[in-house]
Amino acid sequence: MKKPRLAVDLGPNLVLKNPVVTASGTFGFGLEYAPFGDLALLGAVVIKSVTRHPRRGNPPPRLVETPAGVLNSIGLENPGVEKVVKEILPALRATGEVTVIGSVAGETVEEYVEVSCRLAEAGVAALELNLSCPNVKAGTLFGHDPRLAAQVTRAVREALGDGFPFLVKLGVVGNDFLAVARAVVEAGATGLSLINTLPGLAVDVKRRKLLLGQGTGGLSGPAIRPVALWAVWRAYRELRVPIIGMGGVAGVEDVLAFLLCGARAVAVGSGTLAFPRLAWELVEGLEQALAKEGVEDVRELIGMVAGS
Amino acid sequence: MIHEAEILSQRRLAPDIYRLELFAPRVAEQAQPGQFLMVRTSISLDPFLRRPLSVNAVDRRRGAVALLYRVVGRGTRLLAERKLGKRLNVVGPLGRGFTVPLSGPVVLVAGGLGIAPLFFLAEVCRQRGNEVILFYGARSQEELVLRRELESLGIKVFWATDDGSLGERGTVVELLKKKGLPPAAPVYAAGPPPMLKALAAALKDMGREAEFSLEERMGCGVGACRGCAVKVREGKDFVYRRVCADGPVFKAGEVVWE
Repeated sequence: MKKPRLAVDLGPNLVLKNPVVTASGTFGFGLEYAPFGDLALLGAVVIKSVTRHPRRGNPPPRLVETPAGVLNSIGLENPGVEKVVKEILPALRATGEVTVIGSVAGETVEEYVEVSCRLAEAGVAALELNLSCPNVKAGTLFGHDPRLAAQVTRAVREALGDGFPFLVKLGVVGNDFLAVARAVVEAGATGLSLINTLPGLAVDVKRRKLLLGQGTGGLSGPAIRPVALWAVWRAYRELRVPIIGMGGVAGVEDVLAFLLCGARAVAVGSGTLAFPRLAWELVEGLEQALAKEGVEDVRELIGMVAGS
Repeated sequence: MIHEAEILSQRRLAPDIYRLELFAPRVAEQAQPGQFLMVRTSISLDPFLRRPLSVNAVDRRRGAVALLYRVVGRGTRLLAERKLGKRLNVVGPLGRGFTVPLSGPVVLVAGGLGIAPLFFLAEVCRQRGNEVILFYGARSQEELVLRRELESLGIKVFWATDDGSLGERGTVVELLKKKGLPPAAPVYAAGPPPMLKALAAALKDMGREAEFSLEERMGCGVGACRGCAVKVREGKDFVYRRVCADGPVFKAGEVVWE
């Protein structure tokens, strides 16, 4: 049986050896999962969102299990861009030929620009602008407003220069996410990462209070998969840009479903919490599934169910 | 680090408390007291997350690892229904365990299921020749589990129950205050947060250092998701540490109790 081709591109300047990547926040900075597999075998490691200064994150409890999912309110805990650039990225690179995508969060346009530039200079292969964290003040400020989303995207594009690949990560709540998606694409984003967690709540009925320390949280896991597929499918039909699809990926069928809906790459998120080797298993499983079905090139599948 | 471990035995010790024994030779070889396993309770995607369970004992000769747990929800209910001979997917051993002195007496303080890691610690301390004094409290006599096994370790045990059905009536912390501690013996504790909070205050008054094993809802168990935060003092300020990877054992004095 011939080995299928797994490589995909996300725009002209970013080729991934396969379409399986990690979703920001669920894979730490990659190093935490290095004991479970060779990070260089993954399409890319998308690291946890980085801000200009260290953030200690939200008060506990930060996480609660929900039906076939997880509700979290971590609050962008991260050591700040300085430490990420000086210590974490070199350590990650020391594990092998890892394709790293940096995730950027911020409260102002200037912060997005500064952190993006620092990470790009440090040699990440691409960036993801997180405009849709539901768990911090101002986290979704940019992602819910086409004008602001375009403003930050344009500023980052100008600072990085033409050609540097970056995607914008959006949720699907708020104003019509397609309006935001269209705005960031027109403002220079290479593509989209869809979707972030959905807003959610859990109640401690016995104690008569909200369960998460911060109150509200973001829902992920298989519970949100149909919403994520819908968002990818819609964005692909309307915009035809590179998309990393994510939301509840737990098996090879899910990877195939996202590809068929128009994603060029698929991110494994909370599935990693449940199955630490899931991303690697999906790379192997995808190759086997394609070989079995006689698909020679994974790119044949992209957008197949999204019409013309 | 991921193991498909056969269930060797599953024993109900109290109405909602079970002890599960797994065949996992590498875990048995490596595990240290205070470390835990992330256990898949379901064979489907719901319940979604693993359950963190402390290693309760290891038998290196048989390659066996025991876990102690209380049925509190769907995940642990499914676990209690798992049959002998079936395999359980576990990740571990994970986390930083207790630091034990090479010699001298040690004091262990267990509240409820806090006995899970402390039983393992007591065993290891006995093997090393430490004198072990255990204060063990629970709601009632039937929830003071592993009594015979503890007594056969040759350790000194003080029992406490909320209802007075065995040992002293009252909390384990009150009992410890009443009995006092041998000089210079380090203290190791595990149990529900209110107990640990009260114990931390009592030990502070006595000027004693202690190590506490904490519990928190966990996502990944390996330090990646930052879901299991505990507030820890840093100078005059505080930071959040990860219970799974920076702990689950912390110095009692550094934890900020809410």
